[in-house]
Amino acid sequence: MSTDTATAAPTRRDPTAPWPILQIRGLGVTFGGFQALTDVDLDARQGEVHFLIGPNGAGKTTLVDIITGLTKPTTGSVRFDDVELTGHKEHRIVHLGVGRSFQAATVFEALTVAENLDIAASFRMGLRGLLRQARGRRPEVAEALEVTGLHDVADRPAGALAHGQKQWLEIGMLLTQKPRLLLLDEPVAGMSPDERTRTGDLVRYVAKDCTVLVVEHDMDFMRRFADRVTVLHEGKVLKADATVAEVQADPVVQEVYIGRAKDDRNSVSRAAAATDTTTEETA
Amino acid sequence: MNTSTDTTGAAKAAPAGGTGTPGPGWFKRRVIGTKADVVPRITFAVVAFLLIVVAPGMLTAFRLDLLAKYLVFAIVAVGIALAWGRGGMLVLGQGLFFGLGGYVMAMHLQLADAGPGEKPMFMSLTGASDLPGLWEPFRSPVFTLVMVVALPMAVATLLGLLVFRSRVRGPYFAILTQALAAAFVILLVGQQDLTGGTNGLTVSTFFGLDLAKNSDKLTLYFIVLAVLLVVFLIARQMVKSRYGQLLVAVRDGEDRVRFLGYSPTTVKVVAFATAAGMAGVAGALFVPIVGIISPTSLGIVPSIEMVIWVAVGGRVSMAGAIAGALLVNFAKTELSEAMPSGWLYAQGLLFILVVAFAPRGLAGVGDWWRENRDRFDRFRPGARTAAPASGAAAGEGA
Ligand SMILES: Nc1ncnc2c1ncn2[C@@H]1O[C@H](COP(=O)(O)OP(=O)(O)O)[C@@H](O)[C@H]1O
Ligand SMILES: [Mg+2]
Repeated sequence: MSTDTATAAPTRRDPTAPWPILQIRGLGVTFGGFQALTDVDLDARQGEVHFLIGPNGAGKTTLVDIITGLTKPTTGSVRFDDVELTGHKEHRIVHLGVGRSFQAATVFEALTVAENLDIAASFRMGLRGLLRQARGRRPEVAEALEVTGLHDVADRPAGALAHGQKQWLEIGMLLTQKPRLLLLDEPVAGMSPDERTRTGDLVRYVAKDCTVLVVEHDMDFMRRFADRVTVLHEGKVLKADATVAEVQADPVVQEVYIGRAKDDRNSVSRAAAATDTTTEETA
Repeated sequence: MNTSTDTTGAAKAAPAGGTGTPGPGWFKRRVIGTKADVVPRITFAVVAFLLIVVAPGMLTAFRLDLLAKYLVFAIVAVGIALAWGRGGMLVLGQGLFFGLGGYVMAMHLQLADAGPGEKPMFMSLTGASDLPGLWEPFRSPVFTLVMVVALPMAVATLLGLLVFRSRVRGPYFAILTQALAAAFVILLVGQQDLTGGTNGLTVSTFFGLDLAKNSDKLTLYFIVLAVLLVVFLIARQMVKSRYGQLLVAVRDGEDRVRFLGYSPTTVKVVAFATAAGMAGVAGALFVPIVGIISPTSLGIVPSIEMVIWVAVGGRVSMAGAIAGALLVNFAKTELSEAMPSGWLYAQGLLFILVVAFAPRGLAGVGDWWRENRDRFDRFRPGARTAAPASGAAAGEGA
């Protein structure tokens, strides 16, 4: 872990937007006796990139699942823009402005890249509109193709894309829906350092009009792109709504998380590689 | 889904100001189409010529009757290709919807044969005193024609809402549909006074057509052909629309679709109900062609056979499904004339071979050629470069 990246980390605490658009209070869930989340509170403010970190099995994906309606919590509430999300169907929550990606990128492999984006962009269309053939390219689709760098492969089947490109396509699909809250579950897992940088830039682009909650393991990625950080450990909040510097300075977090990451040779070498500035375009 | 066709077609059609506007290049654009359209369109024209001109002119009345029956089966097959091939719903009980349409039509035709105020013949034999209330509305031809489509669709919609909402899929769904087809047969057999039981219902006229007359049977043949064309066009429009892409998306990743803000239940119900409606129409046309509908035409075995036609023809392709229904039924007729018991084994073997080695069926052969033709083109002067759209997407053209 090099100290220069730590000092260069963006620590933008935005005083003009103190109102948390996402408010999670007292959230708990048990899976057949196993307490996966316990009394979790989390605030995310409008337009911030909020990282949710924690070791494997900490409950990060479970938290995303609850926010998006896939899992029903046992206790607690999730309020988004003053609307209670728990109890709504998954697709209703999407219509309320909440989008998510999956830990393993899921795109529709039989459809082309442009078709994937077009379907995502059409989610507010009625059945009658859907039954018509798509003509031309919507502006949202064109924008997504541009910012994800997938313009040249727009007419290829999504199944033919490289791993990183699939992740970008998935983020692009969410982008066309103009969500107000985006939840990305480990968006840079398995990516090369260059791809990580591009993903980070993409996340920053998305965050212009949207709050982004990023679940991630990678400390270096967090340092470079997080506004605020919440640390989860064994289903409990270890450090809530902190800056990157605060998280790095916290001895408890060091102990359970960063200390562990330090021992992990893979993670260290990845972090070192990530500071490498060669940009090799893959798209 | 052949997107290269979609996008280029859209780009070309837009400046002309709407579809069907004659103008420079109109013929080329609307009739010949893009390069990728040429082979399917020529095939379509040839098949249409064979069915409209050659078959009625060359075939004996008996053979034409058989062909009409195969075309009816092709209508069911299109629906199955939509629900199963595109939507991933293995519908193993289409006999239920085929039977609903068939019995609705047969009830009306029997009442029409009996005359106003009279009961159908089989009821006087069983000694029923009054026409059952269930039969009465089917005196109306309009009501009957509506119910032929509406009843199977309504049943499928209800069933789909119930089943898809509780996220029953895969083999569970397949077995459930099959169980329902079996239950329907038991119901038909059990309610003999109402349904004619195992004997079924026989008919001799069809909206003024005398089903014993060859000229009237020819008219019926053209009616079937026209209905098949309409069904094919409806399915093709659905497949090419955004909805068709969404259906494939639900097949391949239901959760992803859900988290894009769509209800997979709705998407699936629409395809399932459409397939049921098509099966209903087919059942209704089956009645005048064969002259009888009985439980033997719609139980478990016929329902599985319907899926086999589609598997052989190519389940993601509507045209493939039609070809499969025609070819398998032709083979069945020929082979079971030669060796009656052999056909069952031949059919089973055919199904296993297709599932194991050619999951895209006959239609897959065309796709294979399209994907690999640049290899052959190398040997020709002016070889083209490989088309960008290939693989899975190209494999799913309508
Ligand atoms: N549906 C489930 N049923 C039972 N246990 C689950 C379920 N989902 C998650 N868990 C458990 O909850 C814990 C947290 O999992 P998860 O949220 O996936 O962790 P993370 O994403 O932080 O790695 C793990 O121990 C996991 O085994
Ligand atoms: Mg996880």
